[in-house]
Amino acid sequence: MTAIEAAPTPRRGEVAEYDIRLIGLTKRFEDVVAVDGISLDVERGRFFALLGPSGCGKTTTLRMIGGFEEPTAGRIELGGVDVGGLPPYRRDVNTVFQSYALFPHLSIFENVAFGLRRRGVRGDELRRRVGEGLELVGLAGLERRKPRQLSGGQQQRIALARALVNRPRVLLLDEPLGALDLKLRKEMQLELKRIQHEVGITFVHVTHDQEEAMTMADRIVIMNEGRIEQVGTPSELYESPRTSFVAGFLGVSNLLPGTVVGDDRVRLADGTEVHVPREALAGRSGAVQIGVRPEKLRLGGGEVNTLAGVVSESAYIGVSTQYIVDTPAGAVTVYVQNDRRGAEGAAPGDRLTLGWSPDCTFVVDVQEDS
Amino acid sequence: MTATTATVELPRRPAAAARAWRLVRRHLLDVYALLALAYLFLPIGVVVAFSFNNPLGRFNFTWQGFTLRNWAHPLDYPGLGSAIQVSLEIAFLSSLVATVLGTMIALALVRYRFRGSGATNLLIFVPMTTPEIVMGASLLTLFLNWRIPQGFGTILIAHVMFNISYVVVTVRARLVGFDRHLEEAAMDLGANELVTFWRVTLPLIAPGILAAALLAFALSIDDFVITYFNAGTTTTFPLFVWGAARVAVPPQINVIGTAIFVIAIAAMLANVLLQSRRARRA
Ligand SMILES: Nc1ncnc2c1ncn2[C@@H]1O[C@H](COP(=O)(O)OP(=O)(O)OP(=O)(O)O)[C@@H](O)[C@H]1O
Ligand SMILES: [Mg+2]
Repeated sequence: MTAIEAAPTPRRGEVAEYDIRLIGLTKRFEDVVAVDGISLDVERGRFFALLGPSGCGKTTTLRMIGGFEEPTAGRIELGGVDVGGLPPYRRDVNTVFQSYALFPHLSIFENVAFGLRRRGVRGDELRRRVGEGLELVGLAGLERRKPRQLSGGQQQRIALARALVNRPRVLLLDEPLGALDLKLRKEMQLELKRIQHEVGITFVHVTHDQEEAMTMADRIVIMNEGRIEQVGTPSELYESPRTSFVAGFLGVSNLLPGTVVGDDRVRLADGTEVHVPREALAGRSGAVQIGVRPEKLRLGGGEVNTLAGVVSESAYIGVSTQYIVDTPAGAVTVYVQNDRRGAEGAAPGDRLTLGWSPDCTFVVDVQEDS
Repeated sequence: MTATTATVELPRRPAAAARAWRLVRRHLLDVYALLALAYLFLPIGVVVAFSFNNPLGRFNFTWQGFTLRNWAHPLDYPGLGSAIQVSLEIAFLSSLVATVLGTMIALALVRYRFRGSGATNLLIFVPMTTPEIVMGASLLTLFLNWRIPQGFGTILIAHVMFNISYVVVTVRARLVGFDRHLEEAAMDLGANELVTFWRVTLPLIAPGILAAALLAFALSIDDFVITYFNAGTTTTFPLFVWGAARVAVPPQINVIGTAIFVIAIAAMLANVLLQSRRARRA
């Protein structure tokens, strides 16, 4: 049985480095391939976000880890142990469902106590741990209520407490904030992050909100059409996306087609040659796309890479001004910080030169579908 | 000033007329409702009233005088007590068996796609739609062909059969809106299939099951046609009333009828009270 230790010292003395390992995991429903041979290692104590557009297989992946869906192929290891064929109640993971799935006929106390009771925790020990769980989510004192007497945000916290009191190896969260309004969602994002820090349990959080993933996670897994596009820290994914999908899904990016002409140079469509980091090019040749984030571009030259163009639109949005600049190599979005009073630089129709550093340039393969 | 009052006055008159008309209409509705209720309750009123009658002959058809004797000796008529006992036993057993079987069928039908589930979904309605007289006669043919002696056993089998359909339909309605994530959550929290059913599924569909059981009990206790064909020499309360009516109609029948009515009303009220208390606590 599970250890019944009290203080939030979550890790048991095991040596496995990874809490979850997915190896070639595939799930096919009749004619759709929901998850297409993904492999992923989730290190202990990390906050992972599974990010991707609707229908890319996030929920299916989570349900396979939780034991609610049988993989068509591939393997799942939890703490180094293959859990293939084990039912959900034999896996040391807990899930926070999108609909919360609180038991409507049980009080909040009994909801939170449900998992502990199944493990034979009784009496004072039970009361203490349920109390701790409710305190962790800031809802002590609501023990006697029924789930429908709570607000959406409160129900969400109870669902979290109900899962966490069991001190699982991994907590799986399937869009747990999806039903909350924007303000509450922002609050809960920080709250979840705090709780994860406090309990130190590995979190795998499914979301299709890139901002949410960036805010909370220390590792983001970007999924698309059943496959993993890239795994990395938020800044890795933002600064050096490896595919055009990642570049487009996480923030805004300018992608310009070009041809490799050296081990650190790319010629754009208009003939301009730009420098890119050698490691970004990674030995590619032929047609590629170079990418620059809008805030990395400067109005005016004075940089290694430059590109001339005409301002077609400008929008003042307070902290920054956004421009769209038409260049022979393609339209480019530029964000300029309004860090000085009266700093607004250019007006539509102005000719100007854009400059950026090679360090801020990334390279992705040409999109097959465009 | 005057101009404004005039413009205010004008629309007020039609409003008053409309209000008057609404009043009339509302009272019409009251009268109509009273008539409808009287239509529904008059026969029951007669049954209740005649349970206090002190009939001269063997037929409790004309009002003679008030007495409490019938209520003091409700079973004071040869064969009545045992008929009621048989009816209660059959109603209890058949609703119990039908509720257990029907609940399992409903669970299977809602939860799983299996070969024949579509056909079962349709066939489950057949006993509800078949005329009772046809079903009773067919069952008798079956029992005769298989040389099964008619009696308590055959009545029980027949009642379980027609009750199952009603149970399935009632429980299925409750299951259709059931959130499967609740069961997944239970398993996620360490409950195996059995514990999940016991702690989560069953408590949540219990109101449906209870309703189904009460319905089955009520259907069984007053069934006449099917029972008549398959009873052999066993006598249930409805069969007894039918048989007795040819030679006598004792007021005890009204007493039992009234008692059943009162119990049913009490059960209904208790249910309503329970629900509203639960709703208020929520
Ligand atoms: N039980 C099922 N039967 C058939 N197809 C399914 C089933 N569950 C999921 N799918 C399909 O698998 C694909 C992936 O679904 P999944 O629910 O994993 O997506 P998701 O990434 O969670 O999307 P969302 O962000 O909308 O929740 C979809 O095309 C979906 O239609
Ligand atoms: Mg999903």
